[in-house]
Amino acid sequence: MAIDWRNYKPLLIPGIPNLHKIEVFEKNGGYEQLKKTLKSLTPEAVVNEVKAANIRGRGGAGFNAGLKWSFMPKPDGGPRYIAANGDESEPGTFKDRKIFEYNPHLFIEGAIIAGFAMHITAVYVYIRGEYKSWIDMMQKAIDDAYAKGYLGKNILGSGFDLDMYVHSGAGAYICGEESSLMESLEGKRGYPRVKPPFPAQKGLWGRPTTINNIETLANVPLVIKNGADWYKSIGAPTHPGPVLYGISGHVNRPGVYEYPTGMSIMELINDVCGGMRGGKKVKAVIPGGSSTPPLRGDQLEGVCMDADSLRTAGSMMGTAGMIVMDEDTDMVDALWRISHFYHHESCGQCTPCRDGTGFLEKTLIKIRDGEGEMRDLDLLLDLCTQMEGRTICALADAAAWPVRYTVTRFREDFEKRVKNTVFALA
Amino acid sequence: MEMTYEFSKEDLAEIEKIKAKYPDKKSPVMPVLWLAQEKFGHVEPEVQQLVARTLDLPAAHVYGVVSFYTQYYGKKMGKYVLDVCTTTSCQLCGGYEILHYIEDKLGIKAGETTKDGLFSIQSVECLGACGYAPMMQITNGVYCNHLTKEKVDTIIDGLRAGRMPEFESIPMPQHLDESTNKIG
Ligand SMILES: Cc1cc2nc3c(=O)[nH]c(=O)nc-3n(C[C@H](O)[C@H](O)[C@H](O)COP(=O)(O)O)c2cc1C
Ligand code: SF4
Ligand code: FES
Repeated sequence: MAIDWRNYKPLLIPGIPNLHKIEVFEKNGGYEQLKKTLKSLTPEAVVNEVKAANIRGRGGAGFNAGLKWSFMPKPDGGPRYIAANGDESEPGTFKDRKIFEYNPHLFIEGAIIAGFAMHITAVYVYIRGEYKSWIDMMQKAIDDAYAKGYLGKNILGSGFDLDMYVHSGAGAYICGEESSLMESLEGKRGYPRVKPPFPAQKGLWGRPTTINNIETLANVPLVIKNGADWYKSIGAPTHPGPVLYGISGHVNRPGVYEYPTGMSIMELINDVCGGMRGGKKVKAVIPGGSSTPPLRGDQLEGVCMDADSLRTAGSMMGTAGMIVMDEDTDMVDALWRISHFYHHESCGQCTPCRDGTGFLEKTLIKIRDGEGEMRDLDLLLDLCTQMEGRTICALADAAAWPVRYTVTRFREDFEKRVKNTVFALA
Repeated sequence: MEMTYEFSKEDLAEIEKIKAKYPDKKSPVMPVLWLAQEKFGHVEPEVQQLVARTLDLPAAHVYGVVSFYTQYYGKKMGKYVLDVCTTTSCQLCGGYEILHYIEDKLGIKAGETTKDGLFSIQSVECLGACGYAPMMQITNGVYCNHLTKEKVDTIIDGLRAGRMPEFESIPMPQHLDESTNKIG
């Protein structure tokens, strides 16, 4: 599918100077969708429109946001929450910070509309602690929105009340997992919860809660403004909308780019990012954060950045944080570092994850350091099988997938190391 | 000499504001630990006890939180903590070379602090700046992007003279006007 990306005008981060300032945002149509929502839409109408638009969660799992909202039970007069996920810790992902910096009010407007749609009483914006600079920006934007009456009691005279607070993380990848995030917000160690109960039933402080990614919520005002049909006409039909691609690694112009979903990976590398550094060949691409299976350079023809195309190719969209590796990359080294990350970040509650991530890393260090044996490759795959789908949260899967698919798709790199080991003569 | 840690009247007023954001008494522990760490430079056990007393929580709970999150300094660190990212994108772009260069320059290894107490080095996980690799963060604050050995020299010389690098805004490449390199 060809996308006319060269003529695409960014919607999430339009590149208007000083758009982060509330006055500039308002001058450019900001908070108009909130006014329209409060004046002329019912909560059900908002949920239905967002559901029809099929905004697929930008936090990694790609779940339809409106459908998730519809799981919230009927209001019972007690508090209800949104936890907006700005933990942004999956390696290769650095896009939500662009929203905090360049268009925070679009996110705030989207979160308030979502709050109205789900009868929410407070939104907690969870931002990773390392993003101190961006936390300050977000706090300023929220303060300004309060001052203008977009947050607080009786918003714009509608009778709808909503509070919004920033909560700073303190260094723990696992807190991006939605139930760990809630534990962290409740002032505890970030141990993921067993599901069910699901957050919509029993979330923050035991109350109905919806967790959405920052970028997901920033899409909401676009849908309210132009309608679900318009939104679905952008990008890939089954995975529509604008998306912030964070591209890093061996390309000439890495960075965050906003284009429709469904962009061809090769076009992103060659045209958008100015090609490979030093004119080298692509060896591997991790499409959507380090937990998504890497694709071989010779597997990329016709592969596009949307859920269907990537599934067919053998990977996932994840966070659209694309890591590009050139022909000189040693996949053993690269995979060891990824495994080190998941080992370091495992919270330790489940044995297959706590011990599995450790064994994966140890085995990879053994291979990396020239002490590996052929059977270690099978051991790695076997460990993956024992980890996948057997734990409280998906971190164990996130740790297993890159190992499984790097070892199978780049087996020659591993075999070469293993054949040259200190044991080779034996 | 035993140092005693106390919150000032202003701190306590700030803590009241923090508490008002949450519906129960356990939840404010993270923001209050942040406040304490900003004030004292660390959250060693004595500070943890102060936080526990102030929020009327068991000290064991506060310790549990401090030890779960990597950004809380459960023991004193150097005045400047250099957190060098070595995760995948940074690894691919020379993150380890930068880490080793800083280690050699300061004569300490990652995880250590210089004798004068000025610098600590840590090798850390992805900081969400992958497109601007290699990079580091200084003492949970400013991000330094696109590091080179020369840039590291300038930053460390600056820190020795008490100059913290400034926040660097990195616009999206597609918004840059090619002639001015500014947004618009
Ligand atoms: C280990 C782990 C880490 C995660 N980290 C993040 C994260 O940093 N940011 C995020 O938005 N979602 C993250 N997620 C996904 C969340 O659990 C959740 O699905 C998401 O925030 C929902 O929002 P969305 O539907 O709008 O994408 C993570 C999931 C797992 C299993
Ligand atoms: S899968 Fe891993 S990170 Fe998730 S709860 Fe279990 S031990 Fe913790
Ligand atoms: S890998 Fe270094 S900032 Fe993400």
